[in-house]
Amino acid sequence: MKLFGYKPPLTAWVGLAIIVLFVFVAIFADFIAPYGEAESVGQTWDDPSFANWLGTDNIGRDLLSRLIFGARMTIGVALVTTILSFFIGITTGFMAAVGGPVIDQILSRLVDVMLSIPLLIFALIILSVFGSSISTLVLTLAILDSTRVFRLARAVATNLAVMEYVEAARLRGEGLWWIMRREILPNALPPMISEFGLRFCFNFLFVASLSFLGLGIQPPFADWGGMVRDNGKAISFGLSAPLWPAIAIATMTVGVNLVVDWILSINSRPSGASAEM
Amino acid sequence: MTRTSNETILKLTDLRVEALSGAVLVDNVSLELKRGEVVGLIGESGAGKSTIGLASMVYARAGCRITGGKVEVAGDDVRELDADGRRERRGQRIAYIAQSAAASFNPAHRLMDQVIEMPVSHGLMKVEEAKAWALELFRALDLPNPDTFGDRYPHQVSGGQLQRAMAAMAMSCRPDILVLDEPTTALDVTTQIEVLALLKKLIRDYNMAALYITHDLAVVAQVSDRIMVLRHGKMVELGETAQILQAPKMDYTRALVAERQAADKLAIISAANQAQPVLEANDVTGIYGTFTAVKRVSITVARGETVAVVGESGSGKSSLARVIVGLLPCRTGEVKLHGTALSPDLKGRSRDDLRKVQLIYQQPDVALNPRQTIGEIIGRPVEFYFNRSPAEVKARVAELLRLVGLPEDYAGRLSTALSGGQKQRICIARALAAEPDVIICDEPTSALDQLVAEEILKLLKSLQDNLGVGYLFITHDLGIVRRIAHRTAVMLKGEIIAQGPTAEIFSPPFHPYTERLLSSVPEMRTDWLDDVLAKRSLKSA
Repeated sequence: MKLFGYKPPLTAWVGLAIIVLFVFVAIFADFIAPYGEAESVGQTWDDPSFANWLGTDNIGRDLLSRLIFGARMTIGVALVTTILSFFIGITTGFMAAVGGPVIDQILSRLVDVMLSIPLLIFALIILSVFGSSISTLVLTLAILDSTRVFRLARAVATNLAVMEYVEAARLRGEGLWWIMRREILPNALPPMISEFGLRFCFNFLFVASLSFLGLGIQPPFADWGGMVRDNGKAISFGLSAPLWPAIAIATMTVGVNLVVDWILSINSRPSGASAEM
Repeated sequence: MTRTSNETILKLTDLRVEALSGAVLVDNVSLELKRGEVVGLIGESGAGKSTIGLASMVYARAGCRITGGKVEVAGDDVRELDADGRRERRGQRIAYIAQSAAASFNPAHRLMDQVIEMPVSHGLMKVEEAKAWALELFRALDLPNPDTFGDRYPHQVSGGQLQRAMAAMAMSCRPDILVLDEPTTALDVTTQIEVLALLKKLIRDYNMAALYITHDLAVVAQVSDRIMVLRHGKMVELGETAQILQAPKMDYTRALVAERQAADKLAIISAANQAQPVLEANDVTGIYGTFTAVKRVSITVARGETVAVVGESGSGKSSLARVIVGLLPCRTGEVKLHGTALSPDLKGRSRDDLRKVQLIYQQPDVALNPRQTIGEIIGRPVEFYFNRSPAEVKARVAELLRLVGLPEDYAGRLSTALSGGQKQRICIARALAAEPDVIICDEPTSALDQLVAEEILKLLKSLQDNLGVGYLFITHDLGIVRRIAHRTAVMLKGEIIAQGPTAEIFSPPFHPYTERLLSSVPEMRTDWLDDVLAKRSLKSA
């Protein structure tokens, strides 16, 4: 079977299956989940049963339903963050590459300063100062993450900006925006798409870790990182509750990585294969 | 080259190379090479010349496979050998010299280390022995300071020297056969002649055999005993050099020979109307950092006139073009269009100023955005400069495609699907879309095959006749200059050393540098190289 004209290997199919499943679950959470997101249906940490397939959490909510709603929140926030981060990163990165040395110096040094502060600490400070609403969370993560995207976008665009078709556009008198959008962007897309997958994984883990630390998505919304935190103590009683969200986090990360690996291998594949050596 | 013996050292029988897609790149080609003999492989790009060269070492590029035939080196069929056996043949018995020496050397290692690597790793020589042999080769190849030459890094020597160092590397195992893949194509004419003479001497002195791959008949005429003409992977004709040049049997060979002979002739083109220069550069200077690439140069182009700028690489030809269009701000003097001075910097020029001077690049591959359709590429200037509606743009694109001799339905295609010549036509159409007064052509044909380049030149000429556009034509190919330029300027180290009507520049009394340039252009006779070298040694003696 082919996808976009390429034949994905088995690992990529596995990754795709995981992503499609999780995204499907996230979109249709309202119809799939047996109970409501914050509905209390039992005692603390009930064992798995027919009524609650994965048992209940620390305050008696159905773990499976929480997991399903958690997919929506965790994946959704990570996805929006990544999209926003790419928008900021690509725009500024291209501007640095095309806009001349002054703009480049200002933007690049600013990014250097931001990169010199550890990401987690930076995020913790901002979130504790401004409070942790979902929009602050998304914006903070997107801006912090865009510094990494900036680096790649600038590097790719710098290589493209010296091409003669870009020079031809400049000679024609085209503006900066047109050159960035029409001459550079289409040619920069292949490496940026695989980077998108990697950054998504990273943001996804980062949202989960922030929630685990209590600064990410706030209750009563379910999210996987927060679920690990809420149910963490259960591990000392030998209960499975914290393992399910942890497994979901790991599975999603692995799934996206499998697909990204495949995309990367398409981009880096030489035109042919083995020579008669 | 009289020492051709009867010992056959390379024999290709029904060689067949296919791409993984199934396309046949080399179709049943057979060739015998005797000791002391040089066979020239000639043809346009895509003819399978390099593929045959590599296949004679039983190597195929990524994506290709040798699917049939025999490759016998000194009697052994190398295709039957295992990987070790093949590796032993390569380098020791048969060595390869690639077109771009700069891309073939590792920039992080000294030349000597790279030259002696092969014999040492094959266990043929000890390090000291290999070094001594390398020094002998450096001397034989007439490299400057041969004793210390090997201590340098690739970027510290010139292109011609690097090409010779590569010849030394190929010779390091004392192979029987050299495969020379366009060894002089990347070099200037004046450098080419030196490398050519040395390669010829090397093959003679060490009694080797060689396959000489090139697209230039005049070059191959100097070195080879026999010539094989190839087209689309098939052999067109194989014969003695003199027969191929003087009495070609096949039509295709005749076309190649005729095209090359046309380049030798001087077409007298009368100077065009000089009264009203459209474009004037007065006393312009262009500086990169601390390097002055263009020094106080003055040049004019009138309506309907072609002005050629010739010189070697690094002489400042392209920099002059960049100063005129404003990419490299001019530090002295001014550039005038219709008598009005233009801003020295690109940003200060109005849209109309930009429209009137267009540029055509050397490499059409990188001058066209691979992710835009032809329609978008040609349509953009129409839309940008003339504010036309989408329907008008579409009609104009179709008109422009017709003008450059391409079908209208190409508008929907991506440029990556076109051949080099077609891409250059698109570049010309894009320039014409702006309805310019002057087009600056920066080596527009040097990346193209001879016959394709000829068509592009004809197209440019007819466009000039019909539209009255002026050309500033930058080239290193004197053959082109003679055919199309009304006036010629010769550049050397950033300065124009001679300027005037083409016929005047190309007839005595010459400027000494012009004469050197002129005499370095290979001619279509087998004794040309020896003649020139004899003349030069007389002069220097």
